[in-house]
Amino acid sequence: MHPSESRLSPPGRPLAPRPTRILRLLGAAGLATLLTGCNTLVLNPSGDVARQQGDLVVVATLLMLLIVVPVMLAVVIFAWRYRASNKDAPYEPDWDHSTQLELLIWAAPLLIIICLGAVTWTSTHLLDPYRAIGRIDQDTKITRDMTPLEVEVVALDWKWLFIYPEQGIATVNELVVPTGRPLNFRITASSVMNSFYVPAMAGQIYAMPGMETRLHAVMNENVESFGLSANYSGAGFSNMRFKMRAVSDADFGKWVGEVKTTGATPQQVAQLSEMPLHNGVSPRPMGGNLDRAAYLELEKPSEKVPAIRFATVEPKLFDAVVDMCVEPGKMCMSEMMAIDARGGLGKAGIRNVQMLAYDKTGRQATLASTGNPNEAVRRELAWVRALCEQMPGQVRDSTVKAPDDLRSLSGAGIAAPQSIGFGKEDAAAVSSAKPAHVSLISRN
Amino acid sequence: MTATTINAQSNLSPDQLRAAFYELEEHHHPEGGSTMLGFWIYLMSDCLIFAMLFAAYGVLGGNLAAGPGPKDLFDLKLIALNTAMLLFSSITYGFAMLAMEKNDRARTQLWLLVTAAFGAAFLFIELYEFSHLIHEGATPMRSGFLTAFFSLVGTHGLHVTFGLIWLFTLVIQISKKGLIPANKRRLMCLSLFWHFLDVIWIGVFTFVYLMGML
Amino acid sequence: MAIEAVDHSHWSPLLGRLWLDAIPQDPIVLATFVAVALGGVALVAALTYFKLWGYLWKEWFTSVDHKKIGIMYMILGLIMLLRGFADAVMMRIQQAMAFNGSEGYLNAHHFDQIFTAHGVIMIFFVAMPFVTGLMNYVVPLQIGARDVSFPFLNNFSFWMTTAGAVLVMMSLFIGEFAQTGWLAYPPLSNLAYSPWVGVDYYIWALQIAGVGTLLSGVNLICTIVKMRAPGMTLMRMPVFTWTSLCTNILIVAAFPVLTAVMTMLTMDRYLGFNFFSNDFGGSPMMYVNLIWIWGHPEVYILILPLFGVFSEVTSTFSGKRLFGYSSMVYATLVITILSYLVWLHHFFTMGSGASVNSFFGITTMVISIPTGAKLFNWLFTMYRGRIRYELPMMWTVAFMLTFTVGGMTGVLLAVPPADFVLHNSLFLIAHFHNVIIGGVLFGLFAAINFWWPKAFGFKLNQFWGKVSFWLWVPGFWFAFMPLYILGLMGVTRRMRVFDDPSLQIWFLIAGFGAAMIAGGIGAMLIQFAVSIWKRDELRDETGDPWNGRTLEWSTSSPPPEYNFAFTPIIQDLDAYDDMKRCGVTRPVQGFLPIHMPKGTGTGIILAGLSTVLGFAMIWYIWWLAAVAFLGIIGYAIFHTFNYDRDYYIPAETVAETEAARTRQLEAAGA
Repeated sequence: MHPSESRLSPPGRPLAPRPTRILRLLGAAGLATLLTGCNTLVLNPSGDVARQQGDLVVVATLLMLLIVVPVMLAVVIFAWRYRASNKDAPYEPDWDHSTQLELLIWAAPLLIIICLGAVTWTSTHLLDPYRAIGRIDQDTKITRDMTPLEVEVVALDWKWLFIYPEQGIATVNELVVPTGRPLNFRITASSVMNSFYVPAMAGQIYAMPGMETRLHAVMNENVESFGLSANYSGAGFSNMRFKMRAVSDADFGKWVGEVKTTGATPQQVAQLSEMPLHNGVSPRPMGGNLDRAAYLELEKPSEKVPAIRFATVEPKLFDAVVDMCVEPGKMCMSEMMAIDARGGLGKAGIRNVQMLAYDKTGRQATLASTGNPNEAVRRELAWVRALCEQMPGQVRDSTVKAPDDLRSLSGAGIAAPQSIGFGKEDAAAVSSAKPAHVSLISRN
Repeated sequence: MTATTINAQSNLSPDQLRAAFYELEEHHHPEGGSTMLGFWIYLMSDCLIFAMLFAAYGVLGGNLAAGPGPKDLFDLKLIALNTAMLLFSSITYGFAMLAMEKNDRARTQLWLLVTAAFGAAFLFIELYEFSHLIHEGATPMRSGFLTAFFSLVGTHGLHVTFGLIWLFTLVIQISKKGLIPANKRRLMCLSLFWHFLDVIWIGVFTFVYLMGML
Repeated sequence: MAIEAVDHSHWSPLLGRLWLDAIPQDPIVLATFVAVALGGVALVAALTYFKLWGYLWKEWFTSVDHKKIGIMYMILGLIMLLRGFADAVMMRIQQAMAFNGSEGYLNAHHFDQIFTAHGVIMIFFVAMPFVTGLMNYVVPLQIGARDVSFPFLNNFSFWMTTAGAVLVMMSLFIGEFAQTGWLAYPPLSNLAYSPWVGVDYYIWALQIAGVGTLLSGVNLICTIVKMRAPGMTLMRMPVFTWTSLCTNILIVAAFPVLTAVMTMLTMDRYLGFNFFSNDFGGSPMMYVNLIWIWGHPEVYILILPLFGVFSEVTSTFSGKRLFGYSSMVYATLVITILSYLVWLHHFFTMGSGASVNSFFGITTMVISIPTGAKLFNWLFTMYRGRIRYELPMMWTVAFMLTFTVGGMTGVLLAVPPADFVLHNSLFLIAHFHNVIIGGVLFGLFAAINFWWPKAFGFKLNQFWGKVSFWLWVPGFWFAFMPLYILGLMGVTRRMRVFDDPSLQIWFLIAGFGAAMIAGGIGAMLIQFAVSIWKRDELRDETGDPWNGRTLEWSTSSPPPEYNFAFTPIIQDLDAYDDMKRCGVTRPVQGFLPIHMPKGTGTGIILAGLSTVLGFAMIWYIWWLAAVAFLGIIGYAIFHTFNYDRDYYIPAETVAETEAARTRQLEAAGA
């Protein structure tokens, strides 16, 4: 990977002195003397979002050091000066009150917290993972001709599935993104809670079954890095890591082509995988088309799964995963919630439970039942078909639009996040898009 | 030194000092002086458990899982009768307390038993409602709504059950020991408990049944 | 390391799902089991040989004396500290080993139980018993009371906490413990993903211990509100009593939430309810919210009493009145209230809106204001003092330096965008160990060294205390500084194996720190042993070894069963210091009979039955659960028929005890 191939931004940071940069230098002096030599990825990431978050760590720390350092010094000085053996020091056993001092000890932390609170408020809004990013880096605003790359992420037991809807491909445990292009991640999970975290790119967000979370980010350097699950999810959690590469646009195109060719021939995953867990890795070859059947096979628990490539993906598969209706005969969550919003199905619906059961019987049972669909499923299938189309619902887009003004951390543009878009057509599109189903998105 | 009546300069004799700093004549702390406060604090903590169950009902109450909702399941007349039973039992408990104030042992016991009868009727109707629902297939396993409903109402019912066991225990203890202070204290505690369950039920009736049906 | 899926699905009416496969095959666990079993047999044999069972039963297990119950809580906390720390050491060794393709020495099933057990044990069965024990011992003495409001309930609470600890310990040898992390988030903790007994052990241990904690909270609130000696207005209460009051208010207002959440999880697991399921309209997010509505106040439950300890220690060893008493009290109250408004900061990363996240972030930061004010108050208490560096004061200074850093990283984590990169990382682990070890544990060590002479009548050995101190404090920094750095390197918690070899050095340093801490714990145990052995040299006859300021120092060490022959009257803050200044001498005649509660075995019996109930429920032994449940109800009712619960200590006995004290004081030349 050559830095020159990067489309929009040169590698490294611009050298112009900016407040955050100065602060970062100060921070490097104060904080990171200890850390030199080790790769503190969180403070030196390659993505603009993570970089701003890392800067915030430094800024907040410095703000607090303003009070913490004097306090710690005072502790040491007082502890030494007023030791019992030092008879020269004054001793006032009854001195227990001073209004000025009391005022100071409440006001000093208060002032720091007011500053930090202001920083928190603005940065939380500006770095909201649901908000479309407004800049590629400090110097480059997002322009209208930049279309973000959509990536759909599913945390499975215990591996990551990435679906590229635009490209129509999917990978397991391999994330490749173009440098300098906005990235929109839609994230969910198949069974339990995980957290999607690529430290070099942006902060983490949870991946939760039946819910969709969002992350907006960008990579600014061509790097090879890694991603992981940051929330414990069971026995295979430790190896739930994946390689992440940020490459130039051209290389990305090349890679997509590669996936389409290499992914076309299914491979025996069991042979690729060093040590399958729970005998879960399917004996079935993986690759080719990622349709529902292949997904259900892939979903079964397995550990240390090598990168797998799928040349094609069934459309709307991600929506079906969020809706928990990949398995045939299951009612989509969005459909269920729409029915609930209308007041349920009454007593007529009482006994139709098979189509709703998702994880009642667990990982082990999923293993057994999907390979060998039981009678009840078949019986109910007709009923479900009659009831709903078995099409996953369209989740309402809850992305927060990026502000036009990018003065970092100034708070500009955050007064009415939803209304600030690129143009009127966006707002019109938002208002005219009829919510087909009740939103599943996790936005509590 | 802050305001104090006595200090090192007061020039009091050792005996005067001792009298100022020690209770030489023991003031007997009334036995069980903290009981009512303690029981009240316990009730407040119990109230929090109900608050959690109400919150869970608030969150899950609309999640019918394509199954039946409140309108399909509840019979408001039955619940009105049920509510009446519990309210009557509170009134009769009040009569029991009045009798206790007058040290009328027999009447206290009588009213307690009447209270128990109303309480048992309440429980019976509730169990009837539950068994009817379960028989129809509206089990707590069916949906988030039914889970929250059965848990909230069931927890209240369990409290009433324990209240009844306690009440019968007290009736026996009163016949054995009479209306001694310890028993009176226990009657006061049960009284708080019983009225507390009434208040919770009002919440259940309004929040779950009325708001679900109307 | 491939794990064979073991089929645990068999069930029999007699034994439920308990069968031979419940005994772990792991050699480490088996060896531990053999060691514990041999130790247990030896202990039982020794107790039998020296005929100590009767003494223990009569004088300790069935005692309702708050002092004895307090000491028993501390012993429970100490034993469980050893277990919890063993878990920590095992984790450190695994993480230091598992590099370059090595799987370490623990498989996932074992490792995941260890980090779950470590968290659960350290919070529920180390920190909580220590803190509760301390409050139990000190609060009645500080407010001039003879016992707590409900002495029987106190005994019952202790045994319920112990019952929970027993269940956790049983899980080591029979079955398994949860592999979910210490808060057992669903869906992972649902039956679907944790089908065997681990999570059930977790639920029942917490549920049973939670009852104990809640009742003890009610008890201590009543004690502080109702039992204060005459003249002790609220604003004359010692700061430790104040912080204890706030802690117990937090307990009463937080633990019911835990009870409710655990019950909901129980219903989901046992009866297929849908509180937290993915399907049928359940909501796992609700669990996360509810558990943290309990969980955040819980950390203040732990730290507040220790803030009280530091206040007492700083003031005593600086030989000064506490600076800013009222601002200390108000700061405590503010923390108490604010601790309910911050729970969401534990899951900023779950997709809350920016405004919600900033609200909870800022409320979290606001807590640092009263906390900072407290720190300044201690600082200005030292200012113009005469600081004696006895062990309690050494721990206090170590606390002030350590806790400040932990507080700072805590505020940092409260900034949501910073939390997005640090959440669940080892930075977070370093942060909360920084506040819990630097705050709670250092405070407990200060407290143990401070009040030990009161409880036993002799001071603790200074040499071994200092050895322990100098191993603990640098050991802490060696163990957790690397974790801060690893967190900044993007390393997340609960990892069993690593692929980046450059991380290993930091884990080795952390392992070295853990070894130093092990030395510190060892030195502390030696300190206790040496002090008990050489107690005559360390004897304190005066009852006031530190020139104390509060009422507990006015009575003998150890205090008589009735604490105070005459109830003191409080004229000022720092009541005992006031008495000493005014030259008050204790009354030596005119003693009266003293009304005291009788001991009872009901607490231990009910808690024993609860343990059986929990065990039966965990293993689906329904008949036994029913028997145990009916036993609990029946025995509780039976207990209420016993009206004979108190007695009078005759005036002559009091006179004799006090005469002995007079002779003791004269001999000591006081």
